[in-house]
Amino acid sequence: MAEYTWPAAGDRLHIGKHISRLDGPVKATGRAKYAYDVNRRGMLWAVMVQSPHAHARITAIDTSAAEAMDGVVKVQVIQDVGTEIQWAHDEIVAVAATSEEVARDGAAAVKIEYEVLPHFVNERAVDEAPDAQPAQAETTGDPAAAMASAPTKSSGTYHVAQIAHCSLESHGQVAEWQDEETVTLWASTQAISGVASQLGERIGIPASNVHVETQYMGGGFGSKFSVDRWGVVCAELAKETGRPVKLMLDRDQEVTVAGARPSTHAEVSTAADADGNVVAWDSKSWGSGGPAGANSPPLPYVFAFDDQTHMHTSVPTNTGPARAWRAPRHPQACLVTMRALEDLAHAAGMDPLDFFLKNIDKTGERSGTYTEELEKGAELMGWRDRWRPRGSGTGTVRSGLGLALHTWGGRGHRSNCEVLAYRDGLVEARIGSQDLGTGTRTIIALVLAETFGLGLEQVKVTMGRSVLPASGASGGSTTVGGVSGSTRRAALNAVDAVFERIAPRLGTEMANLELKGGQLHFKDGSMAAMPWRQAATLIGVNPVSATGANPGPGQLNDSGVGGIQMADVSVDMETGVVSINRMVAVQDCGLILDMKLAESQVYGSLIMGVTYALTEERVFDPHTGQMLNADMEFYKLAGIEDVGEMIVHMMTGPGYDERGVIGLGEPPVIAPGAAIANAATNATGVPINEMPMTPERVLAAINGGMA
Amino acid sequence: MRAFEYSSPRTTEDAIRMLSAEGAVALAGGTDLLSLMKDGAAAPSRLVNLKAIPDLTGAHETDGGLHIGATTRLGPLGEHRVIRESFPAVAQAIAGVRSRQVLSMRTVGGDLLQRPRCWYFRAGFGLVPMHDGQSMAKTGDNRYHAIFGNAGDAVFVNPSSLAPPLIALGASATVLGPDGERTVAVEDLYRTPASSDESEFTLGAAEIVTGVTIPMRSSSNATYEIRNRKGFDWPLAAASVAASDGGARVVLGHAAPTPWMSAAAAGALAGGISEASAQAAGDAAVADAAALSGNGYKIQLARVAVKRAALAAM
Repeated sequence: MAEYTWPAAGDRLHIGKHISRLDGPVKATGRAKYAYDVNRRGMLWAVMVQSPHAHARITAIDTSAAEAMDGVVKVQVIQDVGTEIQWAHDEIVAVAATSEEVARDGAAAVKIEYEVLPHFVNERAVDEAPDAQPAQAETTGDPAAAMASAPTKSSGTYHVAQIAHCSLESHGQVAEWQDEETVTLWASTQAISGVASQLGERIGIPASNVHVETQYMGGGFGSKFSVDRWGVVCAELAKETGRPVKLMLDRDQEVTVAGARPSTHAEVSTAADADGNVVAWDSKSWGSGGPAGANSPPLPYVFAFDDQTHMHTSVPTNTGPARAWRAPRHPQACLVTMRALEDLAHAAGMDPLDFFLKNIDKTGERSGTYTEELEKGAELMGWRDRWRPRGSGTGTVRSGLGLALHTWGGRGHRSNCEVLAYRDGLVEARIGSQDLGTGTRTIIALVLAETFGLGLEQVKVTMGRSVLPASGASGGSTTVGGVSGSTRRAALNAVDAVFERIAPRLGTEMANLELKGGQLHFKDGSMAAMPWRQAATLIGVNPVSATGANPGPGQLNDSGVGGIQMADVSVDMETGVVSINRMVAVQDCGLILDMKLAESQVYGSLIMGVTYALTEERVFDPHTGQMLNADMEFYKLAGIEDVGEMIVHMMTGPGYDERGVIGLGEPPVIAPGAAIANAATNATGVPINEMPMTPERVLAAINGGMA
Repeated sequence: MRAFEYSSPRTTEDAIRMLSAEGAVALAGGTDLLSLMKDGAAAPSRLVNLKAIPDLTGAHETDGGLHIGATTRLGPLGEHRVIRESFPAVAQAIAGVRSRQVLSMRTVGGDLLQRPRCWYFRAGFGLVPMHDGQSMAKTGDNRYHAIFGNAGDAVFVNPSSLAPPLIALGASATVLGPDGERTVAVEDLYRTPASSDESEFTLGAAEIVTGVTIPMRSSSNATYEIRNRKGFDWPLAAASVAASDGGARVVLGHAAPTPWMSAAAAGALAGGISEASAQAAGDAAVADAAALSGNGYKIQLARVAVKRAALAAM
């Protein structure tokens, strides 16, 4: 039986190296086909009619004019008369037509009447919320008493705006029925297996008859786990019309209805003793991600104090509903906690680096990791030489440093993999996972190649189809641990199965065989090593097949990482414009399979973090409740000129590698905003408590317009 | 989308004739018009492409100054020797566009005549959007709206990159229409509409801008923009300054429904540009600014833009 471990440091062929993603060339040249690129013979286009009102009841729907239009093939009501609409841009009717343009005209011809109801979109004004839902306070110890007797106190109110996912490839799919009972969906999804089950249930056919395919995907960030209304109506229109149907969201739909990260607002009081030990925490937060409000962010974040209390109020609003956004609730909690602790460090007259190190034992089991990471980050940032007390700068443009800590789980999800070895020497992994663009395909290939001792060109990955062995949704940093675990086990089993088949044909025992460096070795030296291609011919016409699963035997993955980030920013004191000079990210994630992909994840996270820190927010019109910046002009994403220099350091080696693989999708995106806000506070000398840190808000803080 | 005719005349005479039809609209670079059509905020019945008219493109020196054809693209114009050497205010405004794609397509005429970026306008509520008898932008989210000329219901801002430097430099525009050609100061291309039924431009029916001429007066000139993003982003404030022996001109962009000339700021610079007079010009420029409910910060940004434009011109 195979031993289910990762190879030791000296025995690694691919693991830990800088390997470029295998699908880079097909993506860069446009040969990679995304859901949006799928065009089928006779295909119809579907466009949805959306509510202009943020809160209304549908009183009448007249589709006759649309149905009478040339080229309109089918009009389908999604939400019927009597339905209470809870957010603007909600989908009410879908129109399928012979072209996108006709479908748009058809959608414009649908007449819907509403009884307009009062709406609430200003979630920041918790006192005005018609349906605020306060939760019970969670209290440990006696924070009031600890606060009262502490010599150093600080308080502040911190704000994180609601943002959208804004995936480059919008949500949507193409649906085509093979027969009355079988449908294929080319979808932009993070969950091919899950979407098959969801759609089957919604349209009343067996899940096994729904084939979902996602070869390439242009971003989801947590917003693409569901088949969604548009997936269901797309399949229904395809069935009704007997033709393939494409329905993809527009940019404005993408940012209004297809995903929001809840806002967080929090009033925090903290206290420290004379030595700089944090002794009390008291926070009250509120926030909204739409009609369901928002769950509490985990406050205090990363740290736990003996005497602490937290209370959260969920604020439902008439805005497009929340979806998981990379590391749900963590970036908001990180901003609130790290800004509050930076303020407390300032009150205590301490360098925040010393202050965080002083209190690092309150982070629990990751405290050793955080200490190593803070020291490493300080070295990369030149923190000890460069940090100056808050507001020491002079002149118009002032620079400052800030830091933040974060944490995440990232244990591998359930995953199944089948490995096939063919007599032409090709080794194939079949796995019902999807590659969101993070490099999952490359990870599977390298684990397979590593296990067989082959080059990456000698293995093949077949994935992205729900008919393949089921693998979990790609969310919560669970994919890399899941697919690497199932692939490693399947590949180890397949090596054994190959040996079992060919050993008799070589007149030896299984146990005498070993695959290494592209060759079959005989441990007893009875025969010279044989190239894998030659050995594989002994497999015969029926390929060898073996499976593996995660979880499974052996520790191949783990959960729980810590990371630290530091920011060096400049603030123009006259304009409030914040510029990123440099970001340093120090991150652990157990055993790193592909250093380049891991670093890329962190780079991408820093860019995303700069974006939500400086420019990104959903703006709603008080009159209509509509989103005013549902475009990429005023829904502002950072460009390459905005992101500054990025330095990434991954923690590896003893203490890290032996934990096995841990996910990296969420951790590095949590802390950039908090680190940048702390740096901007350090630079300006005034608390910069609000994300995004637009010139408007930074100027208000500089001019004392903010609490 | 409304089906439309497309015509591509070779002469201005043909273009004017084709534009005389009801619903006809001139198409230059398309960086604004095409997105308006996709958003449903414009639905022309005919597009008259001006880019195939040879007379309308390119820049050359004339007795009256540097003449720039209306369909000259911003990217190449920014590289033009005279622009770089004599009119840095124009080159800096072009550099501020940031997007390679836009620089490759947007024309001088199109830049001057682009429609406002007001999010109420782009969402289909009109240029002077009203809600329950009140200005929708005034009572709604107006963080990007006007701080000057906003006493009425129109509070959008003029988005042109080139208008502030061209006006500061005293440029004129040539306008051609069914009744022949006329020349107007660039600032006279603009007006503040009283309602969404009115235009924010002074052009008559079937009139087009065929070019602009910048007089070859020696001046210290510069443009300064303040943006949230360093990359492609609309300025929150922009100012152009041109100062010569004959006096100074100061024009603010993204500040009012029209490019906003500040006589007070110009007066502060009349004795020459210094640290002190630049500061004074900034202060003078915003002395009569009026914040709406959510754009007070733009007054400070406008003040700084004027000051820094003056210092850059020094």
